[in-house]
Amino acid sequence: MSATIRTSVGRPPSHGPLLSVEDLRVTFTRHGEEPFKAVDGVSFDVHPGQTVGLVGESGCGKSVTSLAIMGLLPKRGNHVEGTATYEGVDLLGLSDKEMRDRRGRDIAMIFQDPLSSLNPVVPIGVQVTEVMERHRGMSRKDAMPHARDLLERVGIPDPNARLKNYPHQLSGGMRQRALIAMALACQPRLLIADEPTTALDVTIQAQILALLKELVQDTGTALIMITHDLGVVAGLCDEVNVLYAGRIVERGDRHRLFARPRHPYTHGLLSSIPRLDSPRGEKLNPITGSVSDNLPWTSACAFAPRCSHAQEDCRVQTPPWEWENDGRGLRCHHPVEAEEVGRG
Amino acid sequence: MVRFIVRRMLQMAGVLVVLSMLLFVWLKALPGGPVSAILGERATPERRAALEAALGLDQPVYVQYLRFVERALHGEFGASTAVLPGEDAFQVFLIRLPATIELAIFAMVLAVALGIPLGYFAARRKGSPLDSGAVVFSLIGVAVPVFFTAFLLKYFVAVEWQLLPVSGRQDPSLDATRVTGLFILDGLLTREWDAAWDALRHLILPAVALATIPFAIIFRITRASVLDTMDADFVRTAEAKGLTASVIRSRHVLRNAMLPVVTVIGLSLGGLLAGAILTETVFSFPGIGDAIYQSQRDKDYAVLTVLILASAAIFVIINLLVDIAYAVLDPRIRTR
Repeated sequence: MSATIRTSVGRPPSHGPLLSVEDLRVTFTRHGEEPFKAVDGVSFDVHPGQTVGLVGESGCGKSVTSLAIMGLLPKRGNHVEGTATYEGVDLLGLSDKEMRDRRGRDIAMIFQDPLSSLNPVVPIGVQVTEVMERHRGMSRKDAMPHARDLLERVGIPDPNARLKNYPHQLSGGMRQRALIAMALACQPRLLIADEPTTALDVTIQAQILALLKELVQDTGTALIMITHDLGVVAGLCDEVNVLYAGRIVERGDRHRLFARPRHPYTHGLLSSIPRLDSPRGEKLNPITGSVSDNLPWTSACAFAPRCSHAQEDCRVQTPPWEWENDGRGLRCHHPVEAEEVGRG
Repeated sequence: MVRFIVRRMLQMAGVLVVLSMLLFVWLKALPGGPVSAILGERATPERRAALEAALGLDQPVYVQYLRFVERALHGEFGASTAVLPGEDAFQVFLIRLPATIELAIFAMVLAVALGIPLGYFAARRKGSPLDSGAVVFSLIGVAVPVFFTAFLLKYFVAVEWQLLPVSGRQDPSLDATRVTGLFILDGLLTREWDAAWDALRHLILPAVALATIPFAIIFRITRASVLDTMDADFVRTAEAKGLTASVIRSRHVLRNAMLPVVTVIGLSLGGLLAGAILTETVFSFPGIGDAIYQSQRDKDYAVLTVLILASAAIFVIINLLVDIAYAVLDPRIRTR
C-alpha cells in the first residue's frame, strides 16, 4: 500500500517541511474486538508558517492523527506506525520524557471545548504561567507579566483581573482565547487546533478564526487546522487535506480545491452546504449513507457505497494515490469532471 | 462566602427544629410516661392529676413543646436514671463525648490514610492485581457488618492472641491525670507516656473496626474520581502543555479528584461522631454510641433525648464544615 503513496512528487519547492508525516497508521486494539484502523496511512507536510487543514466528518481519523503526532493517545489500546518528522527528529520515536519536553514548547495544541479543556479549580493566570515555568525556566512571579501580555495579545479585556479569574467566570469565547494564549506562551513553531470553534457561537467562531489567522501571520507559526467545517478551511487554510475513513482522499491548494473538487466526497461536502442564493424550495444535497457503510480500503474504495460516481471497480480495487497536473493529490477511480462542478 | 455560611447555618437551625419536634412527638407517644414512672401504675387519679399539673402535662401540646425547647436550650433535660444514675443528662453527654471524638478521629485518620493513597494507586494501575485486590478488600469492608468485624477482631486479636486489650479506654490502675478527656492527648500533655500508650492500645481495635466502612467508601470514591479526572479534557490540555507528570498529578488530577472525596469524608466523620453504637458496644468503649445503647435499653429517656439531639447537632455542624471546606476547595462554589 505504501507503494501507492508518493509523498513529495509535484510539491512546490521549499526549504523543507517543518513537520513531515509519513504513512501514519493508528490501529485501535481492544481486547476481544477486531482491530480498528482509525488512521490508515496518512502522509502530509507542514511548511514553516503554512496553515494546513485536515477536513472530514466525525470518525475519519483527523483528531486521532493530531493526537498521535502529539503523543497524546492513551498508552494502551492503540498501535502507532509511521513517522512524524519535526525538524529532522521523528516525534513518534521519542521517549515519553523527550516528547514532554517538546509539547507546549515546539508544538502546542488547542482543543474543541474550552470549558472542559481548562482546569476548573486553577486560576487562568496559573494555567498560562505553568507552561512558561515548565519550558522557559521562569518563576511564576516572573512569568505573570508575560501571561498578562499574552491575554492582552489574544484580545482578552482587563487581563490583570482575568489572571485571577477561574474558567467558569469567563465566557466561552474568552476561554478559547485563554487556551490560545496558553498554547502560544512558548512561541511554538507549530500549532495544532482541533476543532477550535465547534463549541462556540457563530459570531464568536468568526472572532476566534480571525484571531488565529492574525496570530499565525504575525508570529510565523505553522498551523494544522482540524475541522469538519469547510467554512473554517476556506477562510484560513493554504492547503487542504480531505480525510475519509482514515485516509486522505484529496489534497490541494485551497482555491483550486474549492473551485474544482475532484473527489466525489469533497464535491459532496461542498455541495451539501446550504446556500443562501439557491432558489427557494430547492432540496439540500446531503451525502447519503453513513460511515458504517464503508468498505475496507484494502480491497475497495471505502467511500464507494455512498458515492454517486461509484462503478464496479470501486468495490473491488483500492484506488491509488495520484498527483494531478495542478499539484493536487487524489485517491479516486472516477473523479468528478470539471463540467459537473457547480451543478450540485 | 459569608452569605453562604449564614444561609447554611439557617438551614442547620431548621433541621434541628424539625428534629426536636419529631423527638417531642416520640417522647409523648412512649408508653407509660413520666407520671406512671414516678407514681407507679396504681396511683389514684387525684394524685396523677396533681402531678400532671405540677409537671405542666395538663397544658396544651404546643405549650409543652415550647417548654421542652426552652429547657433544651438551657441544657436541662433532667437527671439520668440508668446510665449514670443521678447525674444531669447533659453532663452524661459531656462525659461521654471525648471518648467518641477520640475514636472517631482515629478511625477517620486510618480510613483516610489508607483509602486515599490506595484509591489513587488503584486508579493509576486500573485492572492490575493491586487494583482488583483493593476493590475486593473494600467490598468486604462494606459488606461485612461492623459488629461482626468488631467481634472477630476482639476474639482473635484481643482474646486469642492477647495482643491488645479487650475493652475500655484505659487501664484504670494507671490512675492517669485527666486534662481534656481525650486520653491520648492527656497522656502526651502530662508526659504520662504509659497512659498515652495504653489509651492508644485500647483505641486500635475499635478504631480499625469502625474504619472499615469509611475506608471502603473513601477508597472507592477516590478510585472512581481519579479515574474520571484522568480522562478529563483539562488533563489532556495539561499533557499537551508538556507539563511534568508530578505537576499534572498534583495540580490537575488530585486537586479535582479530591472534591467528592472531601464530601464523603465529612459525611462519614459526622456519622462516626454521632455515635458508633455497634463498635462501642462490642468493645465496651464508653462513648456516645455505648451511652445511646444503654439509655435505650434501660429506658433512660432524659439521656436518650440529649444524645439524639446532640448527635444530630454534631452531624449537622460537621456538614456545615464540609460545605465550607468544599467552597474553599472549589472556586465554582466560592465565586458564584
